[in-house]
Amino acid sequence: MNVYEKYMRLEKFPHIWCPGCGDGTAMKAIIRAIDRIGLEKDKVAMVSGIGCSSRTPGYLDFNTLHTTHGRALPFATGVKMAKPELNVIVVSGDGDATAIGGNHFIHTARRNIDITMLIFNNYIYGMTGGQYSPVTPYGKYGTTAPYGNIEPPFDICGIAIAAGASFVARGTVYHALPLDKLIEQAIRKKGFSVVEIFSQCPTSYGRRNKQPTPVDMMNWFKDNAVPVKKAETMSPEELKEKIVIGVLHDVEKPEYMEEYSKLIERVQSSAKKN
Amino acid sequence: MDRKIRFLQGNEACAEGAIAAGARFFAGYPITPSSEIAEVLARRLPQVGGKFIQMEDEIAAMGAVIGASLAGAKSITATSGPGFSLKQENLGYAMLTEIPVVVVDVMRGGPSTGLPTSPSQSDVMQAKWGTHGDHPVIAISPWSVKESFDLTVRCFNLSEKYRTPVILLLDEIVGHMREAIEIPDPSKIEIVNRQKPTCKPDEYLPYDPANDVNPLPAFGEGYRFHVTGLNHDKTGFPTGKAELVQMDEERLLRKVEKNRDDIITFDEIELKDAEIGIFAYGSTARSAMSAIKQARVQGIKVGMLRAITIWPFPDEKVLELSKKVKTIIVPEMNMGMMRLEVERASKNNCQVMGIHRADGEPINPQQILSRIKEVG
Repeated sequence: MNVYEKYMRLEKFPHIWCPGCGDGTAMKAIIRAIDRIGLEKDKVAMVSGIGCSSRTPGYLDFNTLHTTHGRALPFATGVKMAKPELNVIVVSGDGDATAIGGNHFIHTARRNIDITMLIFNNYIYGMTGGQYSPVTPYGKYGTTAPYGNIEPPFDICGIAIAAGASFVARGTVYHALPLDKLIEQAIRKKGFSVVEIFSQCPTSYGRRNKQPTPVDMMNWFKDNAVPVKKAETMSPEELKEKIVIGVLHDVEKPEYMEEYSKLIERVQSSAKKN
Repeated sequence: MDRKIRFLQGNEACAEGAIAAGARFFAGYPITPSSEIAEVLARRLPQVGGKFIQMEDEIAAMGAVIGASLAGAKSITATSGPGFSLKQENLGYAMLTEIPVVVVDVMRGGPSTGLPTSPSQSDVMQAKWGTHGDHPVIAISPWSVKESFDLTVRCFNLSEKYRTPVILLLDEIVGHMREAIEIPDPSKIEIVNRQKPTCKPDEYLPYDPANDVNPLPAFGEGYRFHVTGLNHDKTGFPTGKAELVQMDEERLLRKVEKNRDDIITFDEIELKDAEIGIFAYGSTARSAMSAIKQARVQGIKVGMLRAITIWPFPDEKVLELSKKVKTIIVPEMNMGMMRLEVERASKNNCQVMGIHRADGEPINPQQILSRIKEVG
């Protein structure tokens, strides 16, 4: 049995993803990371919202929870609080995480609860047919941006850092091997950790934006990705339209469940004294 | 034996009832007039090793209680009208995925922001039809502080027994009034816990059509099942197959419908010789009670069917009453929501008259008494 078969629910295949989609590559990177850490399958809860990326948990042999659109983090927070010994991993997409779920994203980061969030960013609402999302770049096309998008995009990692996440990284499915290392680091991190994963959607995004094949899109990741170290030597002008990959943020700060355990201890010991 | 008498608000009694029922997780968002439930549980839950969290919004609070329940903690959230509206999508999620949770709605005036500090009973239809799709609903409405305690326990028990969310509909009057109540000894409180599977993990079916209610293991107990808000087959994985979807839908409704006798409770007051019946619930039933006493002194034969379980609706009892009395009066703090149900269930056997107001004022005994005299 190869490492993927060990974690996949093969009887649930074929998957729903289009030919050329990057989400399967991201899923395999998640499996490699989990296998390397050696997490017990029973001790992993994988939670998702709605969208193409959010179908990932259904294909994996963990405790899996496919919730409502944008709400994976609140459900995951409940799971983690009721059972802190579970490794809670959220899989989300750019629309799910930053549009309908944007409020939960910033507040979960603020609490710094020990949850890992993997955001598959394909710039678009793929499942519903290619509507622009909060991260669709300015000027790009979607079915609801037929004349080009006039909204400025979010920087997902920037939001996560500003809101209080303790670990933030970015990778792409072209850089599949470094990607599993980023995911591994994120899962190992105590606190709220985020990995933004650029994943291609040739069907709903590439075809409308002069990258009609998966190869075109992967080449674009390859040509435009800049490692963090190199990015530090570049000017903002040079970094325009580049994808900075690697660990962007890694700090130690109080984790929510640990704080909660201390609170319970404090309340119960003062009750005993009285 | 020490008697534990306490002077509590309905909201406080609800929170204490939750602790007594074994609730160990609360997620909520501040909203009047339900905030005391959150405030009491923020203090009480850590004392018993449970956890409280104030989420970023009402939707998140509903999601968190579902997640916590799935991880094995009996969970509760509390809100009021506007927040109850926001919770509806995830409430439907819990209904379809059959995850037990208790949702308290302390009803205030509406629609919209409405009358935040005034009572109403205008969420009774939202409780039934607020979320989209066909779904089973259990909703219960207490009329006293004592019942706020007891029925919160009952909500948890029904929720665990039938693997479904249960709604506790308080109105602002019951939520905020104070009464002395005796807190029962924990050994005297009946507690129902969800059924856990005893089969091997690979044989477990979370939605087996052979059972109306299936066992529910917690995440982390070795069963590794899938939960989705998509229509699913017996294994819990998405399906679009018409016959499987229909079968699951029918089972979902059946598990409540078939157990109406267990779920529906009511109180029959002075109905033996009654010629006029009152159908009431929540705090309005208290006014009705006072009106009945006064009318009886004046020789008018009037009694009351007090619905404790609002949903499923006590059709059989209303039908029985309609065959006995010439008029059923339905006082309620809305513009006639349950009156329509009473009309439907009474099948034209008698006249049905409402007393309705949605102005944030309670329906007082005098109003009910004068209507009794009109029809008497």
